[in-house]
Amino acid sequence: MTTIETPPAAAPPRKAATVTRAGDRVFAAMSRGSGILLLVVMAAIAVFLTVRAASAISKDHGNFLTTFEWTPSLNPPVFGIAVLAYGTVVSSIIAMLIAVPIALGIALFITHYAPRRLGGPIAYVIDLLAAVPSIIYGLWGALFLVPHLKGLNLWLDNYLSWTVIFHKSDPNSAARSLFTVGILLAIMILPIITNVSREVINQVPKMHQEAALALGATRWEVIRLSVLPFARSGVISASMLGLGRALGETMAVATVLSASPVLSAHILDPVGGTFSQNIVAKFGEADEFGRDALIASGLVLFVITLLVNGAARLIIARRKEYSGANA
Amino acid sequence: MAKRIDVSGLSAFYGTHRAIDDISMTVEPRSVTAFIGPSGCGKSTFLRTLNRMHEVTPGGRVEGKVLLDDENLYASNVDPVTVRRTVGMVFQRPNPFPTMSIYDNVAAGLKLNGVRKKGELDTIVEKSLKGANLWNEVKDRLNRPGSGLSGGQQQRLCIARAIAVEPQVLLMDEPCSALDPISTLAIEDLIGELKSRFTIVIVTHNMQQAARVSDRTAFFNLAGVGQPGKLIEIDETERIFSNPSVQATEDYISGRFG
Ligand SMILES: Nc1ncnc2c1ncn2[C@@H]1O[C@H](COP(=O)(O)OP(=O)(O)O)[C@@H](O)[C@H]1O
Ligand SMILES: [Mg+2]
Repeated sequence: MTTIETPPAAAPPRKAATVTRAGDRVFAAMSRGSGILLLVVMAAIAVFLTVRAASAISKDHGNFLTTFEWTPSLNPPVFGIAVLAYGTVVSSIIAMLIAVPIALGIALFITHYAPRRLGGPIAYVIDLLAAVPSIIYGLWGALFLVPHLKGLNLWLDNYLSWTVIFHKSDPNSAARSLFTVGILLAIMILPIITNVSREVINQVPKMHQEAALALGATRWEVIRLSVLPFARSGVISASMLGLGRALGETMAVATVLSASPVLSAHILDPVGGTFSQNIVAKFGEADEFGRDALIASGLVLFVITLLVNGAARLIIARRKEYSGANA
Repeated sequence: MAKRIDVSGLSAFYGTHRAIDDISMTVEPRSVTAFIGPSGCGKSTFLRTLNRMHEVTPGGRVEGKVLLDDENLYASNVDPVTVRRTVGMVFQRPNPFPTMSIYDNVAAGLKLNGVRKKGELDTIVEKSLKGANLWNEVKDRLNRPGSGLSGGQQQRLCIARAIAVEPQVLLMDEPCSALDPISTLAIEDLIGELKSRFTIVIVTHNMQQAARVSDRTAFFNLAGVGQPGKLIEIDETERIFSNPSVQATEDYISGRFG
């Protein structure tokens, strides 16, 4: 019976679909058109950048991946990203190691420990910090942080020199190092990680927290049993947002770091560089070939960022069935 | 391990709103007591005062006394965390820890109590899951997430989690209201078995359920919206359902009620 009735039943909607109004058609065409245009523009940019980067790399007389110097103006040109990649990754790792635990601590304090009257204002101030332009952080870093970190540098060199990492080759040199950059980046990415984590933590359902409470969990045990597991993937995402900003940050690094083509395990030494710092430093005086070389370095940064995001997604997806999402 | 609950002059507040007023009752050990009454009359609120969960709600405050055998839960030197380890609770909506395996869910309370030995945990987890009539269904997938179970299984998992720490009292707030009839029957059977070991208090909206599972029934009511809920009467379940001493109880049970 249903099979017999199907054709007439299916007909009206098909008919209705053909009777579209002119406005709908115009709008559909416009949104489709702008979607395609966007894709075309993006593809064009990607092709343009890749072609220029590839042509620059093909003329590189050093190894693009392992060379320390960035001297595309030499004849023959020699340039490589080793120092830049190292500096970018190391300063971002330092920033994450400092910022993530502190951000998580602040987020938990605001949501679970502070009285309401205190938590609101703290959250508001941190929101404001997220809106400060990075050049302000850069200036503050150069004018305040660099001189004031000298003492900490000496202390680290004195007591932790044996770790090699905290050995300082010239104890009297200025604190214009990857370490200082890392601290400044940590301060810059702290607000965004804190705010996103706080929102994720606020969304942990009350019933899961009550489940822990009713078992006789203390406040910290509630956080450990139900809040952190539930918020885990969100906190990872928040950290990745921060990491993305740290990897690409330009002004704060350019104002603080005393750049030189040296790859050093001593993070207190005022040497090194990062991708975006190198690009702003060299772009102005570069000829066309030099700019192509810088584009190539920019593409590497882009790939690193993509890889980091992919890794984060993997971490989140791996334990999806255990996440709060299907509760 | 079951204890007597002795409540006297208990009122509970949300901020300045008095949600329940001057409740006194005694709950015998190894018995099932059902709380019935219209929505909003304070059954859940009262239940949550019995394990000091009420004060977790912002603005939540309690006056009066709750004695567990002879110890006042609200004495100034009593830690609410300790109270909640002795008085277990099962909630209206099944709430297993979604990020934990079935095994870890049951072991969670034990670990809070400092049980660390694998062998000891294994034994108690098995015993609790058997106690909650869930063992046969999950014994082959103890390491799968608890949130993958059906609603009824999740609720029995929550019961297993609650009884694993051997509480003196088990509180249940409408434990079957989110479940299908078959799961409901499974839980009702379970309550019948558990009462030989625990003092059980259950809130229910379902009159037949109260009649089926409980030894004693308490009827709560409120004079009107915004008024505090009060205990109208508490008596043997049979008596409440056949010949209650207060007219309002009879009206409510026979359905002659708003
Ligand atoms: N979190 C809360 N905040 C403020 N008032 C509440 C809260 N929970 C319950 N109440 C109030 O307390 C009274 C009793 O509610 P409840 O104990 O949930 O009743 P029942 O479980 O019998 O339906 C109601 O008037 C309700 O509005
Ligand atoms: Mg209720």
